[in-house]
Amino acid sequence: MEKQHSRAGSLSRRDFLKVSGITLTVPLVIGPRVLKVAGAEVKVFGPGRVPMTFTINGKTYRAELEPRVTLLDALRNEFELTGAKRVCDRGTCGACTVLLDGKPVYACSVLAIEAQGRAITTVEGLMQNGKLHPIQQAFIENDALQCGFCTPGFVVACKALLDRNPNPTPEDLVAGLGGNLCRCGTYVGIRAAIAQAARMQRGG
Amino acid sequence: MAERDAMEMAEYKWPEPERRRLIGKRISRVDGPEKVTGRAKYTYDVNRPGMLAGKILRCPYAHARIARLDTSAVEKMPGVQAVLPLKKVGDEILWAGDEVVAVAAVDEPTAEDAIRAIVVEYEKLPHFVLDTDPKAAGERARPAAEQVEGDPDAAFREAEVVAEGLYGMSLITHCCLEAHGAVVEWEGENNVLVHISTQAVSGIAGQMAGPLGVPAGNIRVKQEHIGGGFGSKFGPDSWGIAAARLSKMAGGRPVKIMLERDAELMVAGARPSYYGRVRVGAKRDGTVIAWESETWGTGGIPPTSPLPVPYVLRIPNQRKRHIAIVTNSGPARAWRAPLHPQACLLTMAALDDLAAALRMDPLDLLLKNIELAGERADVYREELQIAAELMEWKKRWHPRGDPSPGPIKRGLGVSIHTWPGRGHACRCDLTIHPDGSVEVKLGSQDLGTGTRTAIAIVVADTLGIPLEAVRVRIGDTQYPPAGGSGGSTTIGGVSSAARRAALDALDQLFARIAPLLNASPDQLEAWDGRIRVKGDPSRSIAWEHACARLDGMPLTVRGENPGPGELTTAGAAGVQMADVSVDIETGIVRINKMVAVQDCGLIINMKTAESQCYGAMIMGISYALYEEKIMDPVTGRMLNPNMEFYKLAGLADIGELVVHMMTGEKYDRRGVIGLGEPPVISPGAAISNAVANAIGVRVPFLPLTPERVLEALAKKGGSHARV
Amino acid sequence: MRAFEYVSPTTKEQAVALLSSTWGETEILAGGTDLLALMKDDVVRPRRLVNIKEIAELRGISFSASTGLRIGATVTLSELLDHPDVWRHYPALVQAARGVTSPQIRSMGTVGGDLCQRPRCWYFRSGFGLLARDQTGRSLVLEGDNRYHAILGNEGPAYFVNPSSLAPALIAYGARLRIFGPRGTREVLLERFFRIPKSEAEREYDLQPNEIVTEILVPPPPVGMVSATYEVRQREVLDWPLVTASVALVFDGQRVRSARVVLGQVAPIPWPSPEAERALVGKAVTEEVAQAAADAAVQRARSLGKNEYKIQLARVAVRRAIQQAVGGGTRR
Ligand SMILES: Cc1cc2nc3c(=O)[nH]c(=O)nc-3n(C[C@H](O)[C@H](O)[C@H](O)COP(=O)(O)OP(=O)(O)OC[C@H]3O[C@@H](n4cnc5c(N)ncnc54)[C@H](O)[C@@H]3O)c2cc1C
Ligand code: FES
Ligand code: FES
Repeated sequence: MEKQHSRAGSLSRRDFLKVSGITLTVPLVIGPRVLKVAGAEVKVFGPGRVPMTFTINGKTYRAELEPRVTLLDALRNEFELTGAKRVCDRGTCGACTVLLDGKPVYACSVLAIEAQGRAITTVEGLMQNGKLHPIQQAFIENDALQCGFCTPGFVVACKALLDRNPNPTPEDLVAGLGGNLCRCGTYVGIRAAIAQAARMQRGG
Repeated sequence: MAERDAMEMAEYKWPEPERRRLIGKRISRVDGPEKVTGRAKYTYDVNRPGMLAGKILRCPYAHARIARLDTSAVEKMPGVQAVLPLKKVGDEILWAGDEVVAVAAVDEPTAEDAIRAIVVEYEKLPHFVLDTDPKAAGERARPAAEQVEGDPDAAFREAEVVAEGLYGMSLITHCCLEAHGAVVEWEGENNVLVHISTQAVSGIAGQMAGPLGVPAGNIRVKQEHIGGGFGSKFGPDSWGIAAARLSKMAGGRPVKIMLERDAELMVAGARPSYYGRVRVGAKRDGTVIAWESETWGTGGIPPTSPLPVPYVLRIPNQRKRHIAIVTNSGPARAWRAPLHPQACLLTMAALDDLAAALRMDPLDLLLKNIELAGERADVYREELQIAAELMEWKKRWHPRGDPSPGPIKRGLGVSIHTWPGRGHACRCDLTIHPDGSVEVKLGSQDLGTGTRTAIAIVVADTLGIPLEAVRVRIGDTQYPPAGGSGGSTTIGGVSSAARRAALDALDQLFARIAPLLNASPDQLEAWDGRIRVKGDPSRSIAWEHACARLDGMPLTVRGENPGPGELTTAGAAGVQMADVSVDIETGIVRINKMVAVQDCGLIINMKTAESQCYGAMIMGISYALYEEKIMDPVTGRMLNPNMEFYKLAGLADIGELVVHMMTGEKYDRRGVIGLGEPPVISPGAAISNAVANAIGVRVPFLPLTPERVLEALAKKGGSHARV
Repeated sequence: MRAFEYVSPTTKEQAVALLSSTWGETEILAGGTDLLALMKDDVVRPRRLVNIKEIAELRGISFSASTGLRIGATVTLSELLDHPDVWRHYPALVQAARGVTSPQIRSMGTVGGDLCQRPRCWYFRSGFGLLARDQTGRSLVLEGDNRYHAILGNEGPAYFVNPSSLAPALIAYGARLRIFGPRGTREVLLERFFRIPKSEAEREYDLQPNEIVTEILVPPPPVGMVSATYEVRQREVLDWPLVTASVALVFDGQRVRSARVVLGQVAPIPWPSPEAERALVGKAVTEEVAQAAADAAVQRARSLGKNEYKIQLARVAVRRAIQQAVGGGTRR
């Protein structure tokens, strides 16, 4: 027989101080505690809720979240930005892909707290003045989607790829979309879509 | 219907080719914009006011009894709103990952903390998860009755060539990208609102009514979009019921339970494994006369049923035995074309091995025996020829074992398949509004197959109006009930019901408009946004103006399937060919090209029909080469309940795919036939055969991993086995 | 994921002071691609995360012909791949980094994180510890499914494989690590950094819980060096290689003066093969010599039951890496 219950860690606050020679300053009434370490003050956030501010698709969003909340969960649960999907939650499928300062990342593998102060672009931010982005248009025309659950992740990954490389060769395509999976099997459409989007972007 | 008969209108049938402006064309799906912008809401995306997060504690053991269960600490945790034991002390657990306790809390982190604080003690019991050897299964092997047709013994004596082989495919999972799950809330004591990821919107309420103790009519079920089902999402599941109970305990607050990825792969469905030893006997000229098979496999606790072998080709003399192996590997569910991929592999691989023994091209062997396919033999013949051209089969095929130098060997393989796919029972309400807009409502669902779009196409084409004028509303039990989306029955069901509704609506509209145009109703037709007199287009009225004559009352008509007229039939036939490269030093298989030639009767939307075939081939490549629910003999657990080691094919793994849909009068005449499953059946067999053709030896089991390919090569004993 | 507190220091001194001296209490957060998964799977349960991405001196990448390549620990795989000098001088490293097929992982994952990432052994990842033993102490790897486990250095009790693709290439180039801790900076040869744990209390690399890898230093490429990485991978997308081999050969005219052959995914550590190296030194690289080196590399390999095929893959990877380095042979 085996018992399954929470195994509490063994570290008490005092141990912390002992092991790392940290001196604790008076905790602030609001906001993070501050530790004085190596001659500087370092803010300690959490483990409880922390006020956070984000720039998503050019707009400012605020929420109070624990440090353990991922960017993906913040987007989906706090800001109703549910385009990025949670599928594997482990950085192995690409359904949660968003751009951080223009680079593609798995939002499930970024802590929300780390994404503050960075430009976050989600699939919801790709339309310009109510018009579909050429990639989105090309996805529709080439039927690069079925159930559509992987689609937002692919669309954002395609955007990252074309932003970096407007003229992808077939090998570049593989390299650029090597972080996304689809279960319905829409890859033929996706290959056609990105080729068309690249042409459209070059043309206009 | 009575009204229609009375008016003695034209019968219910599909329009002639020249009357199809949308049907059969390449139409972009109507929900594309929502899906590419992230606006499409799936069950996973439903966030209701005051919603609680539900989580489930699962048993880590494959076979155990609950010895102690203590949730007291959790009940007091701040933020925890409801705790619901799903098992009690003494209950036996039969697979790892089975549900033990459900909790609802204010948010996911809190719910997770709560799960960790539950104390459960288990008494471990012996488990068994191995499925490749029935002899090792002991009393867990359950033989089924032997089936015999004709005189197999005499036929094998008569046979001049007999091929014998071992084939099979591992347990795999559905791995829907949107996990199973639901958001459930109570409105008062007696009404329940359910958002659920399901393939059967209209079927859920009836299944929840009993467990929840409320009439089915009080349960409203909704689903806008679904992120994959593949046969695994037909019920509310224990977690859907748990969500409802938790919600009730929490005063009706909505509770969302979506499975974590590991649970999704462990408990939310698997395709049973099947393995088999097969003997086939033939005359020297290739006439196949005898079949014998002993198969075995597992789908967890319920015994697996015998396979429909020999597949497609009815070999006259057969003997079949099957042994079900009962294991603790978790529940099985229907997986896209249940039993067919397995039956197809066992049959097509055995015939391929027979062709090798006969020194015949397997394509010729199939053609030689194609009459055994019965009614559809001519379709297969035509399809095999088209596929052969698209693959340049005759030019590129070589006998077993690519003789070219170097470690990369290339080979071709072929397989054929069938599927019934007749439209299911389905109702829809079609409303023509006085402003000319048209609405169709039905409790159906769009699995990504393009159901919405197909309905819109049928209605728009029938009414002679543009696609954009039709608004399709599905996914709600407040709409007329429609069958579940399984067995490739949806397209036939919804398109037939929609066609009937649109024809009837048109009749009623014609009756109103006829006097205006000085004609009788049966002289009218709807074309290009107008209602006009047949043969005299000058006497016509614009659609909007005609609708304005509805005196402010929308016109609503119910369409049904089944109904008068044969709008949908059964029996799709398809052929696939694969071209692979195998690195005989590493055992790695790559797809160069696959060809699918498929018939599905009348095609409603060529674009999404082709997508079905591409998608199915890709799914097929995935299970042929990569997918396996790896069960650990020691812990009894699935070792790869993640997307890292449960491997799905990626964009670069699929080679070039070619789809050819059979079209023309002969196919149209049969009405609409489902396409969801047929093209997923053959890839395993076609790829396995191509690998055998490349390397000169059969790799018995799918997935064709490097390990298995190298092992087969080593057994063959060729110098290739080691570098 | 369990709750934790989060700090984001701006100097390495602060970071070290914020780390505990006991494993398990604090963790260093770099790209998070591995760490967050480990935490979600409840394999590591830190009470505090120390984000090191705000520490300026851990960033940046530079090359000089005299001192070689310096890679800051938080340089991402994409930054590494964007650097022209890396392409010019260290092809085996480029090929290894490109083997991480996901652009998302490449733009998040750091070089330091790639070297310090934890094994992917499925028993470890489901909570049975690095040595994957059940309550009775028996090895789940030996009795269970070991298809992806070690074929070398597998005398036990550790049977997992080191997952880093970069490590074999960097070791082949003779890279060193600079590590900062409470006692200041130390340097260690990357090859010595990894070790096979003998007990559950040990980590698989030579690092104290309050030490940080700050830089990776790669010597300048010697004249006459050719190098390559060959990966055997099943899928082209989001997949781990089954086996990798990185080789760096320094030629003296037609003959190999010195050789490094390092295998990945075959042992609990990146596995340098002195046997393969000896088979190369002093010889011109013919097909036979490459084959002899490949055979030598797996001479001591041993199957655990289900991973026999990896011996063959390792042999092929070594031979093909050598052939690729000297220009020719089968490319994937
Ligand atoms: C699907 C998938 C496929 C992958 N395929 C490959 C592959 O083929 N080859 C390959 O090599 N990798 C592969 N990876 C792993 C990936 O490269 C690593 O996850 C990544 O490089 C880790 O970097 P990180 O910065 O995200 O590390 P983190 O996740 O932040 O940290 C990883 C570990 O290292 C520690 N750590 C990080 N930085 C330091 C430091 N400077 N000093 C001390 N300790 C530190 C952390 O505490 C943690 O324990 C794959 C990952 C995934 C999810
Ligand atoms: S959900 Fe983030 S990569 Fe799968
Ligand atoms: S479209 Fe369904 S998962 Fe990609």
